[in-house]
Amino acid sequence: MTNKKLKNRWIAMYVENQVGVLAKVSGLFSGKSYNLQSLTVGTTEQEDVSRMTISVLSDDLTFEQIKKQLNSMVEVIKVMDLTDVPIHMKEILYAKIKGVKGEEKQEVFRIAETFRVRICDIGEDSVLIESALTERKNNELLSLLKKQFRHLEVVRGGSVAIESISTSCR
Amino acid sequence: MDITGRKLIVKALQEEGVDTIFGYPGGMVTDIVDELYKQEDKFRLILPRHEQALVHEAEGYARQSGKVGVCLVTSGPGATNTITGIADAHYDSIPLVIITGQVSQGLIGNDAFQEVDIVGMTRSIVKYGVTVNDRKDLGRILKMAFYIARSGKPGPVLVDIPKDIQKANGPSEYPQTVNIRGYKPNTSVHIGQLKRAFKLLRSAKRPLILAGGGIHISRAEKELTAFAEKMQIPVVTTVMGKGAIPEDHPLYIGNSGMHGRYAANIAEMECDLLFSIGTRFNDRITGDLNEFAPKAKIVHVDIDTASISRNVVVDVPVVSDAKLALTNLLEWAEPLETGEWREQISAWEAEHPLDMKKTKGVSPQNIMTSIAKVFGDATYVTDVGQHQMWASQFIPLNGKSRMITSGGLGTMGFGFPAAIGAKAAIRDAGEDRPVVCITGDGGMQMNMQEMATAVCNELPVTVCLINNKFLGMVRQQQQYFYGKRYELVCLNKRPDCPPNCKGPSEACPPYVLDFTKWAGSYGVDAIRIEKEEEILPALEQAAQAQKDGRSMVLEFMVATDEVVLPMVKGGMANSDMILK
Ligand SMILES: Cc1ncc(C[n+]2csc(CCOP(=O)(O)OP(=O)(O)O)c2C)c(N)n1
Ligand SMILES: [Mg+2]
Repeated sequence: MTNKKLKNRWIAMYVENQVGVLAKVSGLFSGKSYNLQSLTVGTTEQEDVSRMTISVLSDDLTFEQIKKQLNSMVEVIKVMDLTDVPIHMKEILYAKIKGVKGEEKQEVFRIAETFRVRICDIGEDSVLIESALTERKNNELLSLLKKQFRHLEVVRGGSVAIESISTSCR
Repeated sequence: MDITGRKLIVKALQEEGVDTIFGYPGGMVTDIVDELYKQEDKFRLILPRHEQALVHEAEGYARQSGKVGVCLVTSGPGATNTITGIADAHYDSIPLVIITGQVSQGLIGNDAFQEVDIVGMTRSIVKYGVTVNDRKDLGRILKMAFYIARSGKPGPVLVDIPKDIQKANGPSEYPQTVNIRGYKPNTSVHIGQLKRAFKLLRSAKRPLILAGGGIHISRAEKELTAFAEKMQIPVVTTVMGKGAIPEDHPLYIGNSGMHGRYAANIAEMECDLLFSIGTRFNDRITGDLNEFAPKAKIVHVDIDTASISRNVVVDVPVVSDAKLALTNLLEWAEPLETGEWREQISAWEAEHPLDMKKTKGVSPQNIMTSIAKVFGDATYVTDVGQHQMWASQFIPLNGKSRMITSGGLGTMGFGFPAAIGAKAAIRDAGEDRPVVCITGDGGMQMNMQEMATAVCNELPVTVCLINNKFLGMVRQQQQYFYGKRYELVCLNKRPDCPPNCKGPSEACPPYVLDFTKWAGSYGVDAIRIEKEEEILPALEQAAQAQKDGRSMVLEFMVATDEVVLPMVKGGMANSDMILK
């Protein structure tokens, strides 16, 4: 039966690549008080079609309703529920760690190595990390960085996801 | 050969079979208006006195005719004035195409004179809304607009057209077909699901049909009646579904919901199968969701996937147009043994019949039954408030009569303009059915300027104005649930009234508007009715006037303390009715 438990869910969606579509989709979430976690959008192999990756926190019933509401939009071409299917999913994250010298800088390098993320730029007393991990891993990386360093500047892109080819795990 | 955008717009309207346009001019639509001048013989152009009323008129027109209502307004304030009407059409699934003028593309974003982002403002209340950004897309977009407005679950579509696009040259073709990859309205029914629904019905001991406004939209009244008859299943309706089955039919119980009939609400509580069709189970229908049809399995037929299993958890969902589903069901229909169940319902009805016990005097019940007696097969258009509920309780819809009311949004100010629009549709169809507008003294004042529209366009309607000197519906809430603290509801209130007034008395100042004089200033006859014996003659006179092409205003003076009963308090179970 339906589950009242809140859970993170994923939708991939093809939409018309037109002005106003993003506003309409995001407006649905605010207007109906759905709990939007992240939304990314970009063009696809077809230039007049965009693809969105959406993450929401909701119970079963609300999630069904969200999918129906999205489906009923004229500009929405196709809605796919990725919640329980094997997918590849990554989020880009940049973290600039400032005011680090000597041993502290070495610590940044060690963390980067452990998480297998790239150091993509560096200055006298700052380091820029570029991470393309899952959102969860990025969360972990971030909480570690926050614990160790005071001066952080972070920008995250939101997740993009695509279905797996072989049915490997997520 | 290329033509201007404005020419193509008019060509589109012609090809879509539009005969009536509700339009209000302004700088950003003068080109379209100028083009209409050249084609004046092809359309009836109606000039309302306010754009909100304009949309309500188009709604009344669409509801009466089943066709798309067409609105043309200018940018900025013209566009923003339409918003309430658009929202109303959205919640009651009324097909409209609203064309708004927009400032030229080069000016968009500059906060130019009369520039507003009307597409952005209406995004959540239209079925589809778009600004035309390229002259070559104009034909395709207009074609889409009409198709989207009238197909599937109908609704309002807004097309915003910048002035430079109206003037620009481009393709002259208006497309014959549309193909929208993201929009494929349901045109079939899943027979397997329907069979499951039917199986549930057949094994039910206490089945009940709940019919909503979708029956009217799909024009499936005959099919519903035949199905109920063949299966011997009693029927309740929503306010919007009223008239889905003739009300004098022995299987009809009444409206259910907040101000529903006692027997209808109790039948819903006690049924073991609820076959609901064309309703979205809004909170005015269900009351407390946990207590809604607690003993029943629920079948839900609706054209809109998103309406199914949203508010009420459904056992068998069927996505389908109402008429299509019923036509299929009719093939299998066979009588059920419902004699005992129907007797039970009759007993509930006898226990608490719908009767105000005040059949004397200028009582709401007396007024409504008299209106029905005199006007019979009319189109009744109501505003919002107590009078609306009295109309839905005491005006039976039989034969060809119908009721047009603002159900989803509950928009005060809807009734009078919508009545004028309905009359326009009746006139265009070459009929002469009467239109009766039942309105309140509050709601009438929200769009009373439309009397000029009725007079100037020779669209006669009979206005039955129920004057209780109050915003009665809110007053009733204050009476029952707010300790009779009547604030902001007395339409007579003056600065020197005593503080904390508990209701009208001898000392009250005169009512501020003399409706009869007001009507007179439009050359419209009006009668104020204060005695019971005046009711019928006044109605007969007004009916004759309408036949002769003249509107009339009948102002019925009713007691302030009249209330609508039964009443379920918002959020309570439907069985929890206040009856006295
Ligand atoms: C535009 C709008 N504003 C406010 C309301 C809230 N409201 C619902 S009924 C009502 C009172 C209507 O008064 P009146 O037209 O005199 O009708 P009555 O209830 O007295 O019959 C009000 C204020 C509404 N439905 N619509
Ligand atoms: Mg009133």
